Amino acid sequence: MEHVISCLVENKSGVLSRVAGLFSGRGYNIDTLCVAPTQDANVSRMTIVCRGDDRIIEQIIKQLNKLIDVIKVTDMTAEEHVERELVLIKVACTAATRADIIQLVNVFRARIIDVDLKTLTVEVVGDSRKVEALIELMRSFGIRELVRTGRVAILRG
Amino acid sequence: MVFGYPGGAVLDIFDQINRSKKIRFILTRHEQGATHMADGYARTTGKPGVVLVTSGPGATNTITGLATAYMDSVPLVCICGQVPTAVIGNDAFQEADTSGISRPVTKHNYLVKTVAELPRVLKEAFYIANTGRPGPVLIDLPKDVQQATLKDYSYPKKIEMVTYRPTYEGNPRQIKRAAEVIEKATRPLLYCGGGVVRSLAHEEVLALAERCEIPVTTTLLGLGSFPETHPLALHMLGMHGTQYANHAMHECDCLIAVGARFDDRVTGKLAEFAPNCRSSIIHIDIDPTSISKNVPVTVPIVGDCKRVLTQLLEIIKPKKHPEWLAQVAEWKKQYPLRYKQDDELRPQFVVEKIYEVTRGEAIITTEVGQNQMWAAHYYLYTRPRTFVSSGGLGTMGYGFPAAIGAQVAHPDKIVIDIAGDGSIQMNIQETATAVLNNLPVIVCILNNRYLGMVRQWQEMFYGRNYSAVDLGRPMDEKGRPTDGLPDDVPLYVPDFVKLAEAYGALGRRITRKDDVAPAIEWAIKARRPVFLEFLVTREENVFPMIPAGASVKQMIGGLA
Ligand SMILES: Cc1cc2nc3c(=O)[nH]c(=O)nc-3n(C[C@H](O)[C@H](O)[C@H](O)COP(=O)(O)OP(=O)(O)OC[C@H]3O[C@@H](n4cnc5c(N)ncnc54)[C@H](O)[C@@H]3O)c2cc1C
Ligand SMILES: Cc1ncc(C[n+]2csc(CCOP(=O)(O)OP(=O)(O)O)c2C)c(N)n1
Ligand SMILES: [Mg+2]
Repeated sequence: MEHVISCLVENKSGVLSRVAGLFSGRGYNIDTLCVAPTQDANVSRMTIVCRGDDRIIEQIIKQLNKLIDVIKVTDMTAEEHVERELVLIKVACTAATRADIIQLVNVFRARIIDVDLKTLTVEVVGDSRKVEALIELMRSFGIRELVRTGRVAILRG
Repeated sequence: MVFGYPGGAVLDIFDQINRSKKIRFILTRHEQGATHMADGYARTTGKPGVVLVTSGPGATNTITGLATAYMDSVPLVCICGQVPTAVIGNDAFQEADTSGISRPVTKHNYLVKTVAELPRVLKEAFYIANTGRPGPVLIDLPKDVQQATLKDYSYPKKIEMVTYRPTYEGNPRQIKRAAEVIEKATRPLLYCGGGVVRSLAHEEVLALAERCEIPVTTTLLGLGSFPETHPLALHMLGMHGTQYANHAMHECDCLIAVGARFDDRVTGKLAEFAPNCRSSIIHIDIDPTSISKNVPVTVPIVGDCKRVLTQLLEIIKPKKHPEWLAQVAEWKKQYPLRYKQDDELRPQFVVEKIYEVTRGEAIITTEVGQNQMWAAHYYLYTRPRTFVSSGGLGTMGYGFPAAIGAQVAHPDKIVIDIAGDGSIQMNIQETATAVLNNLPVIVCILNNRYLGMVRQWQEMFYGRNYSAVDLGRPMDEKGRPTDGLPDDVPLYVPDFVKLAEAYGALGRRITRKDDVAPAIEWAIKARRPVFLEFLVTREENVFPMIPAGASVKQMIGGLA
């Protein structure tokens, strides 16, 4: 099963490679990884989306906790939380398709952030269901480039 | 106590080392040797071993030693020189990304960028290495940081790390549950590992075993955690464990694992491991990641084994298990460890004699391979920290430098490396270190002229197709060399006796059973580094054996 693991770490050089090395060294799969500082500049948050059965996820959490630079590990999947991802899609367009694309973008409450004659660049923010759905729709027009941040998550309340 | 080797990037530290009155420095002949020496020192004292080497090749030469220590949870602090901070990343002379290379084989590592952080880093490094689950810590120290001066230097007295707080005390609720599970059991078994040796919980193990009549088996690294001369001792379990230990593991209805990590050499096929303990495995370990990693555990207890066992002993009631003990005794009688008794000089006999002559009071280190298993089988360990071996990584070349490190820590003890002829050649250069520092380590080479353990696998599982395991010259059936080399090339090299002498150590070759005990006595009396080369039967196998990934049912007993 897919899990979203949120990990507070010390904001130091080398921490990212420790975490990445843990996953590669022990053969765990990372789907996405997103890192940035928190409200405290000395602390960063890593949001890791990974897969595995319960035993593997338990090991991943324990192994992360064991790293000296890791402050706190939370398995968000087990709790009430909100997830978001930002995706930029550069989609091919012609005079004929432009209006259709803009309409879909509006339905999804996404935005057009760049326009030229042959492409439109769309920015969409949402949970994975929403962004996947829009990406799927855009495919029929021809996606030229796709950039995703990977998911971030926060506990409710 | 520091073991190491100098070079350009650590000149400044060495400039101080030889002025210091407090630091004893041992110059080795290879950085790998230094790490294993520090490791042998640490395993026999419980104190962290310290290594000091230069950047680049000096640092990369420590990696095997760090990995060895990491796998077996040994506290080391390894300080490596590094190129100046200004040129890091520029492929400078003797630059290596030491923190990158060492990350997967250390508990933690540091690249020190300013001298201001150095006191804290040093304090943390020793603290991390030797608390919780111990392990090696590396400090990468750029040359400019070594040269910088620090005003108001003060070494922190106390240490508080927010992100690193090992658990020592066991959870009382879990301990109560453990007591209940043990009290319900009719066929309990204690399975003790390196954690017991590490925390010196041997007295608590003995007390629990005797109070509740629980037989005790140990892992390779747990040897010495329970007196092997005790009637409840089942000796080592696992791939090359005793048949009685493995039978007991298969039949027990409650397993109490103490500081052991359910290694695959121990469990064999996981689906068939301890089949009667599905809801009665208690696991005491200081590292949460060891618990339920390979085998699901019923009562996990995170904590130091000595403290947890002490807590358990406060509440657990005495119990008798006459039928179970009778069964275990029957197995011990039926399937003792044994080897062929005849006039040939067999390696098992040599180890038995080492035990007899030293009365079990030596510190034994081992190399890796058959020699290691015979050292585990035929010498009875009664005290922790008297058996020193590379278990997890299985590093050939470990035993000799580890013996040197142990001898440094225990100058008055007899320290013996039980060695294979292959392994000993991997760090033989440290003979110079032993001789020049007057460290009377005894190396007992069980010379079968084979990479014996590999040969055994080729014999058993690869149809006797011996490939790259003969350490001598290739010969035909009549024993004539077939390689066309000049006649004066010996049938095997080196001549270990001459080699010992070349280094200023003593050497003796033994070919007959009767000469074994006198040779060992002679070596002990010499109080100098000695090589005893025993020319043993070449194709001896280590039995019993459970093939890799198999279960107790596929155990091969050996001698009929
Ligand atoms: C050729 C060869 C053959 C081998 N055959 C066998 C064999 O037949 N049988 C066998 O047993 N081994 C064998 N081994 C060794 C094997 O590979 C493992 O190294 C060994 O089984 C591990 O022992 P352990 O479980 O005691 O773990 P260790 O590696 O010693 O781990 C110790 C455990 O204790 C914990 N711990 C540490 N300190 C404390 C503390 N203070 N309190 C509580 N817990 C603590 C650690 O977290 C860890 O989980 C062989 C090795 C080689 C090279
Ligand atoms: C550094 C290293 N290389 C290779 C191996 C694989 N290996 C395990 S045992 C063994 C043979 C050891 O031979 P020897 O030291 O003569 O011991 P014996 O088994 O003959 O007693 C080898 C090659 C290893 N464990 N370590
Ligand atoms: Mg050999």
